[in-house]
Amino acid sequence: MNPVSSARSEGAGNGARASWFYNPQVRGAVFQVLVVLALLGVLAFFAYNAKTNLERAGIASGLGFLSERAGFDISQSLIAYTNDSSYFRAFWVGLTNTLLVALIGVFFATIIGFVVGVARLSHNFVIRQLAAVYVETLRNIPLLLQLLFWYKAVLSVLPSPRRSLEPLSGVYLNNRGLILPEVIREPGSSLTFYALIAAIAVAIGISRWARKRQQETGQQFPSFLVGLGLIIVLPLVTFLASGMPIHFEYAELKGFNFAGGVVVNPEFMALLLGLSLYTASFIAEIVRAGILAVAHGQTEAAYSLGLRPRRTLQLVIIPQAMRVIIPPLTSQYLNLIKNSSLAVAIGYPDLVAVFAGTVLNQTGQAVEVIIITMLVYLTISLITSSFMNWYNRRMALVER
Amino acid sequence: MTNKILPIVFGAALGVAATAASAATLDDVKAKGFVQCGSNTGLAGFAAPDDKGEWTGIDVDVCRAIAAAIFDDPKAVKFTPLTAKERFTALQTGEVDVLVRNTTWTMSRDTTLGLNFAGVNYYDGQGFMVRKSLDVTSALELSGASVCVQTGTTTELNLTDYFKANGMDYKPVVFEKLEEVNAAYDANRCDVYTTDASGLYSIRLQLTNPGDHMVLPEIISKEPLGPVVRQGDDQWFNLVRWTLFAMINAEEMGVTMANVEEMKGSDNPNVKRLLGVDGKFGEAIGLSNDWAARIIKHVGNYGEVFDRNVGPNTPLGIARGVNALWSKGGLQYAPPIR
Ligand SMILES: N[C@@H](CCC(=O)N[C@@H](CS)C(=O)NCC(=O)O)C(=O)O
Repeated sequence: MNPVSSARSEGAGNGARASWFYNPQVRGAVFQVLVVLALLGVLAFFAYNAKTNLERAGIASGLGFLSERAGFDISQSLIAYTNDSSYFRAFWVGLTNTLLVALIGVFFATIIGFVVGVARLSHNFVIRQLAAVYVETLRNIPLLLQLLFWYKAVLSVLPSPRRSLEPLSGVYLNNRGLILPEVIREPGSSLTFYALIAAIAVAIGISRWARKRQQETGQQFPSFLVGLGLIIVLPLVTFLASGMPIHFEYAELKGFNFAGGVVVNPEFMALLLGLSLYTASFIAEIVRAGILAVAHGQTEAAYSLGLRPRRTLQLVIIPQAMRVIIPPLTSQYLNLIKNSSLAVAIGYPDLVAVFAGTVLNQTGQAVEVIIITMLVYLTISLITSSFMNWYNRRMALVER
Repeated sequence: MTNKILPIVFGAALGVAATAASAATLDDVKAKGFVQCGSNTGLAGFAAPDDKGEWTGIDVDVCRAIAAAIFDDPKAVKFTPLTAKERFTALQTGEVDVLVRNTTWTMSRDTTLGLNFAGVNYYDGQGFMVRKSLDVTSALELSGASVCVQTGTTTELNLTDYFKANGMDYKPVVFEKLEEVNAAYDANRCDVYTTDASGLYSIRLQLTNPGDHMVLPEIISKEPLGPVVRQGDDQWFNLVRWTLFAMINAEEMGVTMANVEEMKGSDNPNVKRLLGVDGKFGEAIGLSNDWAARIIKHVGNYGEVFDRNVGPNTPLGIARGVNALWSKGGLQYAPPIR
């Protein structure tokens, strides 16, 4: 809004006395600027104070350490890293490991949570009770204990490398992890990838077209099945037609362990299992509450319009339940992300273990490392919640 | 985990804790009536509560000796168990007065952490422990192994250097707490356990079947372990350093827990100065002149402390080796009291 014009309109009654000084909008803005400046001032003071205090105590300070050689190894890394890389690189290794387990954890927790939540409302007594036991048990045991339990369970079930299980040819499972053959791409393999992208694009197009046509003519089209078929068949045909341009490099037992291949560490498995199952128990309750929040009259109304139960669930219940589900679901996602920092207890190299653990200790720069770590978690949380807020707005009641 | 690290952030920013460096620790300690000592979370022989809940160990005895020197009471100590990762911040923020926790004296720790090492109470080196069933006899056969190690230690870095220097591969599995490393190794997650050799002997006893494991002969690093204090408080630094020296000198002079009263009548001028019969050495470090006599009466000399906690007749069964007195071919050597 334009402050000048509003000042005029407000001041109209008081005549010429209305100067900018009395304009509530100008005042509001000035005070906000002052508050922000004061806040920045306080932060700058803290930073300056910290620096002089650390200097006086003879403790190294500053961010220069980030470019120094790390000198330690990390057991799992999504990006290239050796002990000659910098501390900053080690930071990225930790961060990507955190994001990896958090993303996959959110995925599984959501699926398990929805299944269990719906199961809690099942008409089948056994299913309903099983779901209730699941929720009550997992929700009420501290996550750290569950992680330690899963880690111990994973380790005690799996055999030693020399006695590895081989569920599929070339895939090994032992207490050093799940060892998969490495996929080596040959020239031409990107064609399959492009085919996949094209198939996804076409599938989205079909579903849009189908929806529009249904709205205009009422005719339905099985766009989901067609789209899915397309996404599977098109890349597959391309892959075969281009002469299967990949090959596998299998891991081999050498001395203590398998050499080569892609290894999924037991630490990762245990952490993923623990985080997903624990968070799913909360999500299940949220889903149950969301479904119960949709008045029964809605179902009856849908039935009387002739919708079948599945369509009723899909078109009437779920969309309304989602409005109740999404906000608390967001906080469960945030919890999962933050809980992933318990990784350090079971030896998974996440951000806290690598950066706020090893790096902090080898450099001794606790203040800098802790502040960076806190900022990173804050940023991840803010991004997650703004995404979920955006999604929530899309799902919210669109009033016409 | 962060509960012991976070204070340094607030402390530094708000300007309270970091100034503790210039405070007179001895006055604070006298005022509160006990020494707050940063120790291990439990490593038999070095620092661990015994079956009666009393802390014992070679590191614990340094703390008790400090308390004995100040208060004539070796029990005037409170212990704060610290993981490898928490220890330095706990000392920097003033949560503990002195850190005696099998901590290796290195240049970066001495020069960039705002801390000072007051001496060496145990000369150690890093070793490897493996299952006997692996049929390995040398660390040079370990290529490809998974290695369990504790975070925040010199161990983590030495490990990298050693494998690199010998052109070998390995997979580190890193935990924060000692019990987590032990559990993972016990569950066969790793082929190898690496830490200070003394630690290996102690840890081996905590495994399900100690007899199934052996320590390999290679020692891959120098780990001089000793007490640490904050930089900038010379009086306290001197007190801690000379407490250790008094114990070593006492062994050299043959002053023991049993004979300390009797030795006060000795004609040996060295013994007289040590026990405060002659001179005002105690006053110079803010204590009474019988400070060393108190240490020896309550805690014993260095040799007694070693034998009681880690020596050949304890479950750890460690030989004196390099920790023998210099006069017996070892490295333990204290400057004279004069
Ligand atoms: N001397 C090495 C290692 C010291 C260390 O932390 N050792 C481990 C394994 S022996 C330990 O004492 N852990 C016990 C604990 O975390 O309480 C150092 O100063 O970095």
